[in-house]
Amino acid sequence: MLSKRIVVCLDVKEGKTTKGVKFKDNIEVGDPVEMAEKYYLDGADEIVFYDITASAEHRPIMIDVVRRTAERIFIPFSVGGGIRTVEDMREVLLAGAEKVSVNTAAVLNPRLIYEGAKAFGSQCIVLGMDVKKVERSAKIPSGYEVWIKGGRQPMGIDALWWAKEAENLGAGEIVLNSIDADGTKEGYELTITEMIATAVKIPVVASGGAGHPEHLYEVLTRAKADAALIASMVHYGIYTIKEIKDYLAQRGVKVRLKW
Amino acid sequence: MIGIVDYQAGNLTSVARALDYLKIPWVISSDPEKLKSCEKIIFPGVGAACSAMESLIKFGLDDFLKEAFYKGVPIMGICLGTQIIMEESEEDGGTKTLGLISGRVLRFPYPLIEDGKHLKVPHMGWNSVSWLKEHPLLKEVEPDYEYYFVHSYYPQPENSDIVLGVTSHGITFPSGLAYKNLVAFQFHPEKSGRPGLKLIKNFYEWKV
Repeated sequence: MLSKRIVVCLDVKEGKTTKGVKFKDNIEVGDPVEMAEKYYLDGADEIVFYDITASAEHRPIMIDVVRRTAERIFIPFSVGGGIRTVEDMREVLLAGAEKVSVNTAAVLNPRLIYEGAKAFGSQCIVLGMDVKKVERSAKIPSGYEVWIKGGRQPMGIDALWWAKEAENLGAGEIVLNSIDADGTKEGYELTITEMIATAVKIPVVASGGAGHPEHLYEVLTRAKADAALIASMVHYGIYTIKEIKDYLAQRGVKVRLKW
Repeated sequence: MIGIVDYQAGNLTSVARALDYLKIPWVISSDPEKLKSCEKIIFPGVGAACSAMESLIKFGLDDFLKEAFYKGVPIMGICLGTQIIMEESEEDGGTKTLGLISGRVLRFPYPLIEDGKHLKVPHMGWNSVSWLKEHPLLKEVEPDYEYYFVHSYYPQPENSDIVLGVTSHGITFPSGLAYKNLVAFQFHPEKSGRPGLKLIKNFYEWKV
């Protein structure tokens, strides 16, 4: 039986790890390579890097971070942020990432998912989605809208529709991030997580809002997520990954306990 | 020196990095002549069986792998590599593969149900392996370790004696094979943390 995965997310800005609240006010919290290695040794099941200042000028810094990380951690890790073309994907994968995550570029050009999956296999292509709760409408029947550009631009696209569309295009996994919950430590957005996790056949990673192990329990059981992404909880030393996993195991969630 | 077979099937550098970390010398090549001088061979791979076979044939790596196997060179298959050592794969409407081991590669059945819940395919994430017998590669490998899997197909050898370990995902499938100088894993030891690195180290130290 598969274990539920605990994914540790590092927001990387110009080669440093940062953390914000609701996508804003980021502060520096450390060196991404050292932090990734520490979380690997502490029992993270996967590492995600988001290049939050992604641009052509900054790309070489990120590639260097990916390469140095790949030399030191031996669990899967994915990289997102500013990936716009199949060539961008290739560069990140060759530097040592297992998966690439596309978000804004995939909304603007859905073919990118298809082309990436064709070139590298679906298992390499992760769709990152930033969603925000809105009034239900004919256009947004799920009540959750897709935003792009790091939570700066609403797209008038329904989150549930987009998740299914991305699966059809060949995405191998979805990281679903709630802008409302991000960094609040008040718990994941369970409603849209469950809607998407039960509607698609690919794994769904819940993201945004984790502050207590109970939040992971809820999202992995009630909302049926396959994995839970955490950041603040471990970056500030409030919990260790082991403490979170022990808590989940005690409540009957299968997690990887030996590493 | 360990030779890593390069047949343009996925990211082989992760295997090389794991070997670097373990201070094991390696060479990546698609040239059979270069690989012939290696004492051991790792046959990794991610992707689809059909295009992988085409590349193997193009580079003459299909004959190289068969010869190496019959000569007794230790070979470790990983993921797609493990599937390609079988005779035939269900993937791509049926693909004839190397046939180092008798048996077929099957897709997970649909629907796949465990404890009343529909399971997802690909089988992606960490899962445990029940080791069925002893093997030099399992030296100091604890039974309750988990390993990282990403796949939709699995190998089903005709001879169940060569199944080294099994994993459960709706069905119980062979996740480790061992036959003479060949070992093969459906999971990725190079991405399975310390337990996976231990398997690779044991492969390096294995005296067939």
